[in-house]
Amino acid sequence: MGEKVFAPWTDPNETPLIQFKNVTKRFGEFTAIDNQTFDIYEREFFALLGPSGCGKTTMMRMLAGFEAPSEGTILLGGQDIAPIPPNKRAVNMMFQSYALFPHLSIWENIAFGLKRDGLPKEQIAARVEEMLKLTRLEKFARRKPHQCSGGQRQRVALARSLAKAPKLLLLDEPLGALDAKLRQDTQFELMDIQEKTGTTFVIVTHDQEEAMTVASRVAVMDHGKIIQADTPARIYEMPGSVYVADFIGDVNIIEGRATPAGDGYDIAFAEGEPALHAKSDKKLQAGSTAYLAIRPEKVRISTERPDDLPNVVRGKILDIAYLGNLSTYHVRLPNGQIIKSQTANTRRLSNRPFTWEDEVWLGWTDTAAVLLEG
Amino acid sequence: MRKLTWFNTTALTLGFAFLYLPMVILVVYSFNASKLVTVWGGFSTRWYGELMRNEAFLDAAWVTVKVAVMSSTLATILGTMAAYVLVRAGRFAGRTLFSGMIYAPLVMPEVITGLSLLLLFIGIGMDRGVMTIVLAHTTFAMCYVSVVVSSRLVSFDRSLEEAALDLGCTPFEAFRLVTLPIIAPAVISGWLLAFTLSLDDLVIASFTAGPSATTLPIKIFSAVRLGVSPEINALSTIMIGIVTVGVISASLISKRSMLRQSAEERAADRT
Repeated sequence: MGEKVFAPWTDPNETPLIQFKNVTKRFGEFTAIDNQTFDIYEREFFALLGPSGCGKTTMMRMLAGFEAPSEGTILLGGQDIAPIPPNKRAVNMMFQSYALFPHLSIWENIAFGLKRDGLPKEQIAARVEEMLKLTRLEKFARRKPHQCSGGQRQRVALARSLAKAPKLLLLDEPLGALDAKLRQDTQFELMDIQEKTGTTFVIVTHDQEEAMTVASRVAVMDHGKIIQADTPARIYEMPGSVYVADFIGDVNIIEGRATPAGDGYDIAFAEGEPALHAKSDKKLQAGSTAYLAIRPEKVRISTERPDDLPNVVRGKILDIAYLGNLSTYHVRLPNGQIIKSQTANTRRLSNRPFTWEDEVWLGWTDTAAVLLEG
Repeated sequence: MRKLTWFNTTALTLGFAFLYLPMVILVVYSFNASKLVTVWGGFSTRWYGELMRNEAFLDAAWVTVKVAVMSSTLATILGTMAAYVLVRAGRFAGRTLFSGMIYAPLVMPEVITGLSLLLLFIGIGMDRGVMTIVLAHTTFAMCYVSVVVSSRLVSFDRSLEEAALDLGCTPFEAFRLVTLPIIAPAVISGWLLAFTLSLDDLVIASFTAGPSATTLPIKIFSAVRLGVSPEINALSTIMIGIVTVGVISASLISKRSMLRQSAEERAADRT
């Protein structure tokens, strides 16, 4: 084995930095967080991902100290943080709106938290310079926030929240206000800074691509519950439920009846169609409803019937989404089900062997599909 | 430039004449050499000189400024605190009642405010003088300040205060170091509003003033009852001058800073 893979959540001897223990948060009748227990480890880049209103922001505000849990406890480094007010926590937050102080210069914004700690002047100046250098803002120190562009403001907000060297940094949709190109660059910058400083980051986002790019683990949330928390690769390749499979990336979901066969199950999904086979360790009752989740890029499309694939269906091309580097084919099966197949456009478009309304074959291996319970 | 039509010109002239003709007459007659107010006797600044030698007027002016500064400062502190609680504290028991009661003095007839304060001061045996006028003016100016400041606080980004707390401020430090500097323009205009209200109030001041302290409006009002003198015209002209200069410079300053800010924002987005 070469370098040790960063995966403290698999090591039972590792003590987590943050522990949520049966945490529930209610606002009046509304339950924002529903009895959640989970751990976040030191040096992790942990992403809370979900649609708006799923409770991800509430989770973060409880860590920052702006909300208190209705039930349960949150431990930070083994200590219950409920009685500690936000200004006494070793936790800093980067706000979605950046919340830069408009009446202070960039330098003073970054120094703000250090001054509150009553550090000596030289020490504050040295730390601010260090932060300016880390975020490449040396030239802008004397400017006011309104004299900076969106990307610069984002970096100021990051520098300010990192200046006090918190144990935990919370980022609330940190890249939401940036345009697509700048956002991509900034994602890598964030990862770089996280690695350099060794701070634990918790990021809240509704952008699944962003979560997949930056995070060591992604927690997919819905209705106040974490549905699945795992590495980006496992979330994508091995979703635990139809919700997660559907929320992350593009997916084909095929519903059918499962019958045990060989090392997995045969799924009968339509009259007159052969059953589809998927490998699985799951224990399903014969005849129960099951779902197959197949990523479009794992479905091969061809004009000839493929001989080497166990799962083969035939259909007609309904639509083609051409994205330049990729094309997604929407193929309608005789029973009306639409299956998407994505291929890389390695050849010139004019050499493409099929087009709209053509009859094509779709095929995938018996490990391509993930079997999910109904 | 667009040429004004015949109708627009007439409407504009009539409107402005209605607003400013009385003041123009007052200013013109303040430079009248004659002692008779309605007869023009040639240009002179003699009444300005007379005014400067009139002890009673100067005393009243000094009392008025003192009262205005003290009462507007008190009203600004109390009004800002009330606005902060109303906007920030969320829904506490009695909030609707409290906010209604803050704004009630806005529509309360001044005579009633004045009379009730007079009864209070007599009741607690307080000698009427500068202090009673200050208290009375604070009472009625506070709600104006509260309206001005709360309208600014409503549009204030709450996360700025949360950021201050997050960076180690106590709630009071967050208010002092972040909220107050940002809402300062609203607080200052609230102070100016309270100052002007106090400066030209006649009704409440005449209820709460005593023999030891008379404000300028009371002095002018009682002097005019014995006949309008050119000295009062001169005094009024000076007051108009001060107010005009103040209003114009305040609007110029705010307009220039707005222009500068938007220019800088545009420049920042280009880099």
